[in-house]
Amino acid sequence: MLNELDFSAVIVTIKLALVSTAILILIGTPIAWWLSQTKFKFKAVFEAIIALPLILPPTVLGFYLLITLGSNGPIGKLLESLGGSSIAFTFSGLVVGSVIYSMPFVVQPLQNSFNSVGRVPLEVAATLGASKIDRFFSVAVPLARSGFITATVLGFAHTVGEFGVVLMMGGNIPGETGVLSIAIYDHVEAMEYGQAHLLAGGLLATSFLMLIFVYIINRHFSIMRSKD
Amino acid sequence: MIECKIKIHLDGFILDANFSIPDRDITVVFGASGSGKTTLLRAIAGLEKSDDGYLKVGDSVWQNGKNFLATHKRQIGYVFQDAALFEHLDVKGNLGYVIKRTTGLKEDFIESIFNLLDIKALLNRTTSQLSGGERQRVAIARALLTHPKILLLDEPLSALDLKRKNEILPYLDSIHNDLEIPILYVTHSHDEMSRLADHLLLIEDGNIMGNGPVNDMLTRLDMPLSHGGDAVSIIEAKVMGHDTEFNLMHLEFSGGQFVVPDNDLPVQTKVRVRVAARDVSLTKSKQVDTSILNIFPAIVQEMVTEGEAQVMVRLEIKETILLACITRKSSSKLGLEKGKEVFVQVKSVAILS
Repeated sequence: MLNELDFSAVIVTIKLALVSTAILILIGTPIAWWLSQTKFKFKAVFEAIIALPLILPPTVLGFYLLITLGSNGPIGKLLESLGGSSIAFTFSGLVVGSVIYSMPFVVQPLQNSFNSVGRVPLEVAATLGASKIDRFFSVAVPLARSGFITATVLGFAHTVGEFGVVLMMGGNIPGETGVLSIAIYDHVEAMEYGQAHLLAGGLLATSFLMLIFVYIINRHFSIMRSKD
Repeated sequence: MIECKIKIHLDGFILDANFSIPDRDITVVFGASGSGKTTLLRAIAGLEKSDDGYLKVGDSVWQNGKNFLATHKRQIGYVFQDAALFEHLDVKGNLGYVIKRTTGLKEDFIESIFNLLDIKALLNRTTSQLSGGERQRVAIARALLTHPKILLLDEPLSALDLKRKNEILPYLDSIHNDLEIPILYVTHSHDEMSRLADHLLLIEDGNIMGNGPVNDMLTRLDMPLSHGGDAVSIIEAKVMGHDTEFNLMHLEFSGGQFVVPDNDLPVQTKVRVRVAARDVSLTKSKQVDTSILNIFPAIVQEMVTEGEAQVMVRLEIKETILLACITRKSSSKLGLEKGKEVFVQVKSVAILS
């Protein structure tokens, strides 16, 4: 069964994924909405920045985050001058890394589903007396609900599975920054294949189930739409 | 009055609309596809923005120069081409969406709108359980629940087949008769226009080509609609009586009486009739040995040649204006000229309502 260290890795991982996903939805929703509505000329630049983590080796991202957030980095210095401390090698640092790393997995499905809502329902809402912000919450969000479900599940699953960023800036501190993917790596390094199997298999099964859920939900919504 | 002076640039297209129309009855915005009808309607709703301009509906100014009132602050009812119901809400939810957002809405007003459009039986359905006609009825009710100063209808029947169209038309009549809301109705269908319009706004390539009472616009020889095979006159009439022996009906208009096949409309019912210019012929003296029942004395008011072989004649039967399309040969044989007294023979009359 799981030893204490592995158990704490599971807890840290779930906590990290939950916190990151919540923040991702909060930040990703307005970004996705803006990208779906704007006619801004340099929109592509922003889309490229958001999509960067898709192709960049996570170690590159982790490296730059370490430099920026560390006590000698600009943000680290800023935090220290404000009476705080550097967030490299802390849980908060991991959250920052995860949010950036998983951003495209949240923004892209949201942006796609906002696009597919189209402008007509929003115009209808305007003619019925709904203000901009009212239209967003009463029309755009409910019509884009499948996008929210996809974004939440993908954001969560992708954060659970991250390795490179955590390796670079996490430090594997048990109960603080020690996450599952690192724990598996450690087990393999120590030739503890049984333990590694348990964690890896669990992760595989969970990820698989979450993806099945996403595809079923999307199928359900697309069937509902095609009925009209 | 509804006063409008707006100019809108959309990629490659300019709408330049400067007009005023009465703020009652039905004004049909009539023009070919791509002429700017929908853009005009969207501009009145504030969905397209004119950088500079003036728009006043009744006593509300919605645009004055750069001062532009946002769509959600304008008291408008807008019915989109394909109903555009919210798919994430059921019928009750779609109607509740407006009721929640309209201030000072009285319970009996809601009730009257529901009755007017026979909504009650539909309330508990989802939007996918509605037929095309029912969807449009819900959309119209939803638009009316904003308690609008103007009802804007963008080709509301174009997505429906003939049967469904005829299902919706009586509801538009009741709105017209029961509510004192001016209606702006966009269409490119000649049938809908002649059936519904009290007032006509002709639009072509983004410009207003004509603006006036419907029969004026249809029969003025300087207007495009008075030419070609579609030229018609529209006459308001009233059922006067029935001839049971021959199953005929008498319709009185300000100029005489039409005799038409009976369709059991009660006496005093107001009807609108349409007479095609090509169904009207002219004679010098009143014919007696003819099968034609509808013969009236008239005066030639104006005439223009229509192509190589024909002439369009605008006639006056007392206060009623009628178009006749005859051959140039007949015109010269009859010696037609302005002011000449003739008899018109109307071969067929279509009852529109």
